[in-house]
Amino acid sequence: MRKDVFGLVYAGEENINLRELVNLRSVSALPVGGRYRVIDFTLSNMVNSGIRNIGIIPKKNYQSLIDHVGSGKDWNLDRKTDGLFILPPYDTFENTGSYNGLVDTLKGASAYIRRAPQKYCLLTGSFTLFNCDYYGMFERHMDTGADITMLYNEEPTCAEKGAHFKDLRLTMNDDGRITDMQYRSEKSSQKKVGMDVYLVRKDLLEYLVDDAMAHGKYNFVTDVLIKNLKHLKIYGYKHGGYVSRLSSAASYQQLNMDFLKPEVQDDLFCKERPIYTKVKDGAPAKYGSEALVKNSLIGSGCVIEGEVENSVLFRGVYVGKGAKIKNSIVMQDSRIYENTSLDQVIVDKRVNVRPYSNLVGSQEYPLIIPKGAVV
Amino acid sequence: MVVKKQCVAMLLAGGQGSRLGALTKKRAKPAVPYGGKYKIIDFPLSNCVNSGIDTVGVLTQYEPLELNEYIGTGAPWDLDVTAGGALVLPPYVSGQKGEWYSGTANAIYQNIPFIERYDPDYILVLSGDHIYKMDYSDMLDFHRKKGADATIAVIEVPMEEASRFGIMNTDEEGKIVEFEEKPPVPKSNTASMGIYIFNWKTIRSYLMQDNDDPHSDNDFGKNIIPAMLTAGEKLYAYVFKGYWKDVGTIDSLWESNMELLDDSPQLDLHADWFRIFSRNYALPPHYVGESGKVVNSIIGDGCKIYGEVVNSVISPGVVIGRGSVVRDSIIMKETEIGKSCTVNKSILDEEVTLEDNVYIGGEQKITVVGTGVYATKGAIISEGDMIEPNRVLKQD
Repeated sequence: MRKDVFGLVYAGEENINLRELVNLRSVSALPVGGRYRVIDFTLSNMVNSGIRNIGIIPKKNYQSLIDHVGSGKDWNLDRKTDGLFILPPYDTFENTGSYNGLVDTLKGASAYIRRAPQKYCLLTGSFTLFNCDYYGMFERHMDTGADITMLYNEEPTCAEKGAHFKDLRLTMNDDGRITDMQYRSEKSSQKKVGMDVYLVRKDLLEYLVDDAMAHGKYNFVTDVLIKNLKHLKIYGYKHGGYVSRLSSAASYQQLNMDFLKPEVQDDLFCKERPIYTKVKDGAPAKYGSEALVKNSLIGSGCVIEGEVENSVLFRGVYVGKGAKIKNSIVMQDSRIYENTSLDQVIVDKRVNVRPYSNLVGSQEYPLIIPKGAVV
Repeated sequence: MVVKKQCVAMLLAGGQGSRLGALTKKRAKPAVPYGGKYKIIDFPLSNCVNSGIDTVGVLTQYEPLELNEYIGTGAPWDLDVTAGGALVLPPYVSGQKGEWYSGTANAIYQNIPFIERYDPDYILVLSGDHIYKMDYSDMLDFHRKKGADATIAVIEVPMEEASRFGIMNTDEEGKIVEFEEKPPVPKSNTASMGIYIFNWKTIRSYLMQDNDDPHSDNDFGKNIIPAMLTAGEKLYAYVFKGYWKDVGTIDSLWESNMELLDDSPQLDLHADWFRIFSRNYALPPHYVGESGKVVNSIIGDGCKIYGEVVNSVISPGVVIGRGSVVRDSIIMKETEIGKSCTVNKSILDEEVTLEDNVYIGGEQKITVVGTGVYATKGAIISEGDMIEPNRVLKQD
C-alpha cells in the first residue's frame, strides 16, 4: 500500500491517425480487448500499486469518460478519504478552459494537486497500454534519489520499424540516468522508449509547471524534461512486459490482435493484477448450433450463430447465421446479421451490418465503420 | 429512526438442499451456481430490485459463509442503500435464549423486530431455490386490489406432476378455498411457488400464535396457511405465467441449465428487460483457441477453451484443454480440465482439477463431481457417481 503517492492521468490525448475511432472520443476512452477501455489499464495499474487517490484530467468529449468511471466504484475508488476525482477544464481569469499542452493542463489541476496529501505524484498519459504495478519503480526512485523517474520499454529502433507518433527515445548512462531524449525523432538509434509515466515529488512538479508557464512554455516533454536534463536527475525504469502505443488505426488493430496471443493474454490479463472495468451485468456469451469460433476473444452477452476467426468481439455483440467475421474487431452492442462477411474491419459501437453485406479492409488500413452506422 | 417501507422482502435462504448432494456440502442451496455466471439467489434478489423493493432480509442458517460473502453490502444488486438494502439475518442469541430457525414461519417470527424497524404494510416471503423472473409489484397490485390478507403466487404445472406440489384450489375469483400439500389425487394443477405476500399486521399475529403452539412445525405451507384458511382470512392465488423452475434436485438443476441453450429460451437472460444482476469478477473476455470448438453452449468470462464444448454451460475462469470433449455438462467456476479428457452429462463443481485423459460420466444418469476434487491422469468417474468435495481420485 503506497500511502504517499497520488495518481494523475491526462486523459485528453487525441490522435488524428486513429481516424474515425477518435471522432467522438479521446484515446483513453477507446474500447480494447473485448471488454475494456484504454483508461481501465491506466487506472487498474495505479490501483494495483496501492494508489488510492487518482485525478483524471479529461479534455473534450468527457461525458462518456464520466459515464464509464462514475464514482470509481468498479476500481474500488469510491473512498471516503481520497478516491477518484475528475478534473475537467474550466474557464477562469487565469485559465482559458482549454489547454495548449500538458503543462497548462497540470496548471488547471493545480488546486487538486495542492490539496493532495501525498508527497509524490505518479503522472501518466493515456495512449500507452500495459499491465504493471509501480512498486519496483517507487523503490528505484527512492534508491537513486532521482528527481523524476520515468518508465520505459525497449522497442525496435526507428530505422527498424519506422518513426512512431510521440515516441520519446531515451539515452541512458550505466546508472540508469537519462542523458538525452529525442522527441518525435526519425533518426534516433536508441531502443529505449518512454512510456508516458513519471514519478515526481509533488512540490517539484508544481515548481516545474509554474516555471514553464512563467516562460510561456506548455510542452511537458520538450519544455520541462528535455530543457532540464542537466539540472534534474531523471532516471529510467524498465518495464519488461507487453506495451502497446495507440498511435494509429493499424496499431489499434494490432493491439487487439495481440490480445489473441496466449503470452500477451498472460501478461495483460495477469491474475495477480486484474484489470477492472465498468460492470455491465451481461449474461454469459451464448453459442448457437452452427457457431464456429477460432482464435478469438469473446465478451459477455454475445450471441454467436455464425463464424468468427482471429477476431475480438466486445460485450453484447450479435453474429447471425452464415456470417463470417475474420481478423476484425466488433465493439459493444453491434449486430452483424446473417450471411455477412467481414475481413480486417473495425466495427465501432452499436453498428448494424445488414444481411449479405461484404466488408473488407487491409491490415495497414483497416476499414472502420463508425459508431451507430447502419451498413 | 424508522424509515417506512411499503413492502419488505424476506428471503428464506437457510435451506440445506440435501437433494443436491455434493453441490450443497459446503454451501447453502441459494449459493449454488447457475447459468454460467449466476447463483440461484441472484434471481429473487434481482426480482426484488426490478420490482422496486429495496429492503430484503436474507435469512441464513446452513453453511452461510459463501452466501454471506457473496451478498456482502448488496452492491451488485443495487441493494447498498442508506435505509434498508440486503441484510443477512442469521439466527441469534437474545438475552439468555438462542435458537435455530425451526421452520420457515419461525425464521420470520424470530425477525419480527427487524421487520418492525421498517413499519411495512406488507411483507413478501420468498424462497431461495427457484429460477424465474417475476415482477412482484404486479403481485402486490393484485393483492391490494383484491383486499386480500394473503396472496400466494401459483403456477400451472402439468396435472401428472401436480401431486409433487402444494396445490391451491380456488374459486372463479382466484380466492383460495382449499390448500393441499402434495395431494395424491390433486383437484387442480395450480401449484404454490413458495412466494407469499401478507398484510404485516395480520401475519404478525399468526406468527405469534404459531410460536405459542408447541405442536406446530412452524412452516408456512403446513401451519400458517391452513390456520389462516380455517380462520376465514381472505387468501388469493396470483397466477404467474412465465418460466419458473424449482432447481432443488440434481436433475432439475441440470435441466434448467440445459433449457438456457434452447434457440429461444423461455428464460431470456440476454434481454435488457428485467436484468438479472450478480456479483461480477474482474475477468477478461473468454478466449477460444485455434483448436477450440464451441457449439450450442454458454461460456462465461475468463474461460480458455482449447477443446470441444457441446451443449454445455461453462462458468467463468474454466480452462478446457486441447483434445478434451465436454458434452451436455455444467462446469462451474475455475475448474481446470486437462488435455484429452471426456466429460459427459456431468456437473463439475467449482475448482475441480482434471489432469489429462480423465473420463467422466455417461449418456443416461447425471454424474456429479464436488468442489475441489482432483482427478489424476487417466482417472475414470463412472456414470451416475456423486464424488464428495476435495477427494483425490487416482487411476484404478
